[in-house]
Amino acid sequence: MKILVPVRRVPNPDIKVRLKSDGSGVDTEGVNFLVNPFDEYAIEEAVQIVEKSGGEVVLVSIGTADCEETLRAGLALGALRGWLVETSEVLDSAAIADVLAAVYKEESPDLVITGKQSVDTDNNQAAQMLAAKLDLPQACFAFKVELGDGKATVEREIDGGLDVKEITLPAVITADLRLNQPRYAALPQIMKAKRKEVKKVSLGDLGVEAKSATKILGLSQPPARAAGQIVGSVEELVDKLVNDAKVL
Amino acid sequence: MDFGLTDIQRMVRDTARKFAAEEVAPIAAAMDKSAKFEMSLVKKMGELGFMGVAYPEEYGGAGMDYKCYAIIVEELSSVCASTGVVVSAHSSLCCDPIYKFGTEEQKKKYLPPLLSGEMLGCLGLTEPGAGSDAANQKTTARLDGDEWVINGSKIFITNGGPAGVAVVIAVTEKEKGSRGLSAFIVPTDSPGFRVGKEEHKLGIRASSTAELLFEDCRIPKENLLGKDGDGFKIALTTLDGGRIGIAAQALGIAQGALNAAVAYSKERVQFGKPLAAFQAIQWKLAECATDIDAARLLTYRAAWMKDAGMRFGTQSAMAKLFAAETCMKATREAIQVFGGYGYVDEYPVERFYRDAKITEIYEGTSEVQKIVISRSLTSD
Ligand SMILES: Cc1cc2nc3c(=O)[nH]c(=O)nc-3n(C[C@H](O)[C@H](O)[C@H](O)COP(=O)(O)OP(=O)(O)OC[C@H]3O[C@@H](n4cnc5c(N)ncnc54)[C@H](O)[C@@H]3O)c2cc1C
Repeated sequence: MKILVPVRRVPNPDIKVRLKSDGSGVDTEGVNFLVNPFDEYAIEEAVQIVEKSGGEVVLVSIGTADCEETLRAGLALGALRGWLVETSEVLDSAAIADVLAAVYKEESPDLVITGKQSVDTDNNQAAQMLAAKLDLPQACFAFKVELGDGKATVEREIDGGLDVKEITLPAVITADLRLNQPRYAALPQIMKAKRKEVKKVSLGDLGVEAKSATKILGLSQPPARAAGQIVGSVEELVDKLVNDAKVL
Repeated sequence: MDFGLTDIQRMVRDTARKFAAEEVAPIAAAMDKSAKFEMSLVKKMGELGFMGVAYPEEYGGAGMDYKCYAIIVEELSSVCASTGVVVSAHSSLCCDPIYKFGTEEQKKKYLPPLLSGEMLGCLGLTEPGAGSDAANQKTTARLDGDEWVINGSKIFITNGGPAGVAVVIAVTEKEKGSRGLSAFIVPTDSPGFRVGKEEHKLGIRASSTAELLFEDCRIPKENLLGKDGDGFKIALTTLDGGRIGIAAQALGIAQGALNAAVAYSKERVQFGKPLAAFQAIQWKLAECATDIDAARLLTYRAAWMKDAGMRFGTQSAMAKLFAAETCMKATREAIQVFGGYGYVDEYPVERFYRDAKITEIYEGTSEVQKIVISRSLTSD
């Protein structure tokens, strides 16, 4: 089984992001970049499947040349090889889905597993759009994946409960946090990752335009939160919600 | 000059930092309290390659450089100095001399189980009468047929309790002084070997510091490490490298203390402002951050020189001296930033403060580092 897993380079989610003074983007000076944490769950699931029943895990990362490091960090988690689609443009979810669809066509994998969302923009869209563009079945927010003959049974976390989907392969699955426990990159794997094949291509090489339909006009910090209040009783709380906040 | 990390070194740092945060930090305080090391950590670290960072893959090592090793000790120590020294004493003090001075047979036999973390290693140099004056050894080894027979005792040996292999320095020809010392590879299941008392300590409480007792301890003749009479040279060379590990440990503890102090200074409000808004606190943080950065540069430079095959003994002594002093200052100031909350065990900074002191003592006290450094200036 061949599994394609996209990996995204994101600023370390544990640090407080600062904006550039003109609000044109995030100030990346001194920021440490990592593999998007949800993508680590996707890689782990793919690697476990391949360890069990054979095949290969292929990664794809889209962005500047720096993404090669992110890709290698992903390869150190057990994937076999990777694609680096180099572009300096900021792509929105639909454009990313276009690029992924192009790589999908080159690779013809049996399965695409992605992180459920990227922790920088938290859009939670690219995988769904990819499935739509390729007309593939999708099962998002997986916490359990079981592969059968030409199909997958996916248990999913949805608002207010659980849901089980059976989908035919090829398909797109997105990984949620409870899917598995991603491994650490062992040092010998880091050394091996350095030697693994990374195919570098441009958008032109793939024949995709990848035009973003949305554009970021500016970023600003959320307003500082006003201090909270401690109420003495439920009655007081209800009174404040009705009369002060006017939300009830 | 390149002050940055290579992509491999960055990946190593990220993986070590993640492991430290997720697997070590949650149990560090409990290990300190119980003065017991969680041995499953050694197994996990072995699987990740942390117990054999800078040794070739053919012996089961990760095939990385000494700087990667320093980075791992630093990251582990930033949450738990005991874990840092377990790795450092094992690698620098036991694996290093076997790798550098061992015969091919010795390396093939002892390195794989050590580098995989299946077995811990230690170095037995210090004795009651031989501390800073390490050449003043009383432990003896004499050849009896096909075996060396060792008698004597070693004290304060890190990893001494759990170790499977000890590199031991002993007198083989008394009249030759420091040139009459030899080094031996002693499996701890050898007849006549016994672990004596475990020390109760101020800091690095989870790491074992034990007495090693040799009562007609017999090891095969081929377990001589290096040549007969090379023991002191082997010990000094080993400590040159080891000091990079301890500098990295000190650096890590200091960074851990600073991280805690910075976070707390932004949260704690007094006089209507976070502590970080007071200049007195800002200056402490700024001074510590600067010293830590300087210590890091010294430590990484020494590692880089070792990797480049240059002589680095003076530079590793400088790194250890400065990093240990920085560690003392950063942990002391971290408690000051926390005030009373830093003095109690609700926060890790009191543990960091207790752990810091040993970095000025083992693998050569700060005074001994200054002797090493000044000798390079004044000897011709
Ligand atoms: C927790 C712990 C772990 C250790 N782990 C190991 C280990 O794994 N293996 C091992 O072999 N040893 C180990 N040691 C021993 C350690 O290396 C020695 O304690 C250290 O080298 C100092 O020796 P000493 O304690 O005998 O002090 P001493 O040598 O008695 O020194 C006492 C004081 O006198 C000073 N002094 C001594 N000589 C001079 C001089 N010529 N000029 C100026 N000042 C001087 C020293 O700097 C120190 O301040 C460990 C010790 C501890 C506490």
